[in-house]
Amino acid sequence: MIEVDKLSKWYGDFQVLDQCSTSVAKGEVVVICGPSGSGKSTLIKCINGLEPFQQGVITVNGVSVGAEGTDLPKLRASIGMVFQNFELFPHMTVLDNICLAQTKVLNRDHIEAGERAMQLLNRVGLADQAPKHPAQLSGGQQQRVAIARALAMDPIAMLFDEPTSALDPEMINEVLDVMVALAQDGMTMMVVTHEMGFARKVADRVVFMDDGRIEEDAKTDEFFGAPRGERAQLFLSKILTH
Amino acid sequence: MFGAFDYQVVIRNLHLLWDGMQITFLLTGVAIVGGILFGTILALMRLSRFMVLSFLAGRYVDAFRSTPLILVIFWFYFAVPIVVGRPIGDLYSVLIAFTLFEAAYYSEIIRAGIQSIRMPQIHAGLALGLTRWQTTKTIVLPQAFRNMVPVLLTQAIVLFQDTSLVYVVGLKDFLTAADLVAARDNRVVELYLFTAVVYFILCWLGSLLVRRLQRQYAI
Repeated sequence: MIEVDKLSKWYGDFQVLDQCSTSVAKGEVVVICGPSGSGKSTLIKCINGLEPFQQGVITVNGVSVGAEGTDLPKLRASIGMVFQNFELFPHMTVLDNICLAQTKVLNRDHIEAGERAMQLLNRVGLADQAPKHPAQLSGGQQQRVAIARALAMDPIAMLFDEPTSALDPEMINEVLDVMVALAQDGMTMMVVTHEMGFARKVADRVVFMDDGRIEEDAKTDEFFGAPRGERAQLFLSKILTH
Repeated sequence: MFGAFDYQVVIRNLHLLWDGMQITFLLTGVAIVGGILFGTILALMRLSRFMVLSFLAGRYVDAFRSTPLILVIFWFYFAVPIVVGRPIGDLYSVLIAFTLFEAAYYSEIIRAGIQSIRMPQIHAGLALGLTRWQTTKTIVLPQAFRNMVPVLLTQAIVLFQDTSLVYVVGLKDFLTAADLVAARDNRVVELYLFTAVVYFILCWLGSLLVRRLQRQYAI
């Protein structure tokens, strides 16, 4: 469903992605990990065209992301994205956050959008928070609303950019639980995260990145059992020993 | 002129002063609304990806910000009738001059407000499938204006005081009305004192409002 082929990207003279290739099949869950600055976030932001890239090809459901004439808003509407700092719209209620793009992009009427929003808020356990503003919610609650907002567009795949990195430890699990349920429902997911417990539990594959390159792309048990590369071994030993 | 202090002269001429104050309010109101609307367009042009728009807006702002307001009022008073081909009256020439002049200042405030919205907020809008314009309209501008309210009001207070400059083209605003009464009745001290007190009270109330809003919007 998502194909990344020899993707390279530069910020000026600085190369952030170097010939990255990987793919995600329908229903597959792929976790991307690696040290900070390795290009993980940049890679997934290229997939829905939030970051432009200079070389390589990305196709989502057969549509080339970087090609001229691609209807990027339409493409993005079909891919959900969840951000590190939630990025709910602070001037709108929780309900309006989830309804905005449904009405503006999918042309649903307010009643239909509201029903879908409430259905999803129920699913993430926050139906009673609908009339509140984001600032009145905890970080974990905000991130669950952000997931509901993305799901309201009925996406064919979901991208997660370090969804639990900005959360206090006691709130990480409530967000991971929602993500695990989503994965078990068969959602196609690409998740940038350091939560190796999550990776072990639901990921089909783990991609390890370092210095803008994909150093390892392996089935989950292979990755954790015996990572081939030295850097992946070092990375794993660092984050698993605590 | 230096006779006993006679506050009655103010009361006797209140209707004339009120007529002047209405012109002052009209000028202030039109310049705020017009300035913010046109200023928003200028700010969006200045931040646009299209170099031509950004360049034009930048030069416009530079030109007006480096010209004294009094000169702009003068120029429009003489130039607009030539451009339009017929006299348009002092009120309209002044309304146009103020709106165009204030738009330059407002656009800089609005530009800063727009730039205060972090990139990930814009990404969040785009990622949902909103177009750039929809993202600007529904996510960036509402938040930017919320952050800007105190600064916009401060500029409005400055503008309110600046409207007194229209005396150069003889438009009867509050100050000009007071000036005329003062000259006619030979009561300069009373009337200038009264105008000073009125300007002070109105501006002071305005700045109280700004302080309140600043507290309210402080994050």
